[in-house]
Amino acid sequence: MSDFIANTQRDTKEMLGAIGVASIDDLFDVITPRQRPKAFDVPQGRSEFEVMRHIKDLAAKNAADLTLFIGAGVYDHFIPSVVDHMSGRSEFYTAYTPYQPECSQGTLQAVFEYQSAICRLTDMEIANASLYDGGTALYEAMMMARRITGRNRVLIDKAVSPIYRTIIYSYTRNLDIEFTEIPVRHGQTDREALARQLDDKTACVILQNPNFFGAIDDHADIVTQAHERGILAIASVYPVALGLLKTPGAMGFDIVTGEGQSLGLPLSFGGPYLGFMATKREFARKMPGRIVGETTDIEGKTGYVLTLQAREQHIRREKATSNICSNEALCALRAVVFLSALGKEGFQELARQNFEKAEQAKALLSQIKGVTVKQSAPTFNEFTVELPRNPVEVVGKMIAKGFAAGFPLARYYPDMKHYMLVAVTEKRTKEEIVGYAHALEATLWS
Amino acid sequence: MNIPSDLKYTKEHEWVRVEGGLATVGITDHAQEALGDITFVELPGKGAGVTQFKALATIESVKAASDIYAPVSGTVKEVNARLETEPGLVNQSPYEKGWIARIETGNAEELKNLLDAAAYAAFLKESAH
Repeated sequence: MSDFIANTQRDTKEMLGAIGVASIDDLFDVITPRQRPKAFDVPQGRSEFEVMRHIKDLAAKNAADLTLFIGAGVYDHFIPSVVDHMSGRSEFYTAYTPYQPECSQGTLQAVFEYQSAICRLTDMEIANASLYDGGTALYEAMMMARRITGRNRVLIDKAVSPIYRTIIYSYTRNLDIEFTEIPVRHGQTDREALARQLDDKTACVILQNPNFFGAIDDHADIVTQAHERGILAIASVYPVALGLLKTPGAMGFDIVTGEGQSLGLPLSFGGPYLGFMATKREFARKMPGRIVGETTDIEGKTGYVLTLQAREQHIRREKATSNICSNEALCALRAVVFLSALGKEGFQELARQNFEKAEQAKALLSQIKGVTVKQSAPTFNEFTVELPRNPVEVVGKMIAKGFAAGFPLARYYPDMKHYMLVAVTEKRTKEEIVGYAHALEATLWS
Repeated sequence: MNIPSDLKYTKEHEWVRVEGGLATVGITDHAQEALGDITFVELPGKGAGVTQFKALATIESVKAASDIYAPVSGTVKEVNARLETEPGLVNQSPYEKGWIARIETGNAEELKNLLDAAAYAAFLKESAH
């Protein structure tokens, strides 16, 4: 394909002349030769047809038709076609809330409905208009707790997604924050170890439900203990599980975040996904991002406005509440269409199916010789199994049989060499679950 | 533009009234008008230590959230709790009912860094051009 650089040589010369620079290369003088790439491997231009064929060949290398028993934070859920239809409408099809937001009443109303849905789901008082993904949302919650408490110590459960913990640590590398990881005991938060760490310097305790190992827990006792010390409690939750489990609001959590991918967003190499965040009303002004509010105009008609953006980056510059200034309006729209399509009963049914199918899979897998399903804590739709062989090899061999068999835990927990996470969503049929168990048995023992 | 002659001012548009060791602080008539309708005042904590010309509070209006700087150093003794529910007092009565905090101060030297009413009026006139 031809290049799309619109400037002619004469344009370039004129512009360089205007700023008194001899060549384009001179603009990059500050980058020393050592820091520059040795060579650019840029092939000759190709026709559109050739490029299309090349991209399609690359895409064909993806294993897109595996039967998925892998989760670890993102899950293979059914997406009703109304979600694609609504979010694909040109009136909505932008990833952003517009910069003249009040001109776009439809977008604002959709975001308002999304916020309301997140509040109902989490049982919290207010939700923002969305963030990038579950991991960055959790980071934002942690920073928010620092702002509220003025404290600098953070306790984080080791069963919080290691991906999220990595995000938090890399975002805060140059900040003065003391992190302490709380060990896991029998798959759940070690209460005694945590209680020893609660002190007057601690800003927040970060928990996840279900945790990375799939275990569900009622954290109400931990939240109460934290509050006695003026410590905020933050939960990262899996939204689908909220159709069945005690809500984080009922447990008393102060800030709730999560990955919204399961609400109508396809699995897609890490994104774009959807971070949601909800909190108590008293913390509204410490919350990052924006909130859409409902109001009435001078004629008494209902209208929607951005009510909380005065602390964002384009207004507050370096003093903004957060670097995250935009939201994921299109992803949030998909989530609210998804939730509306299912309705309350449909959503509860979805949660029930996830739970029950995972229990069926547990029963089948535990019958395989050498396979142990960890039973120390109840789980939702994901659980931990111990295999008699290296899970990395097992997962590799299962791909040839058409299955993404699970997530080998050793990648993030080096002492869990024989452990693997298995996820089962409502999409898995009885036949697929039985087929998976047979394939796993054959892989292990033949 | 109301600029009471008995107060001291900063170039960031705060005013201060020092009585004994206690400095009452607020924002000027000019500042409240420039900010527009004030929707929220984030007050400092009682007992907080503040430094002259460093952030004391945040005022949020329909346009922006702005830092309010301390005209004097000291310890916050009292805050205007009415502003929590009636932030509009800052608009209606910037020099009386809309005061923000009272700071216990000991350093009289610092007052020399502030403007008197005439100098503040001149500063406003100059900045307008």
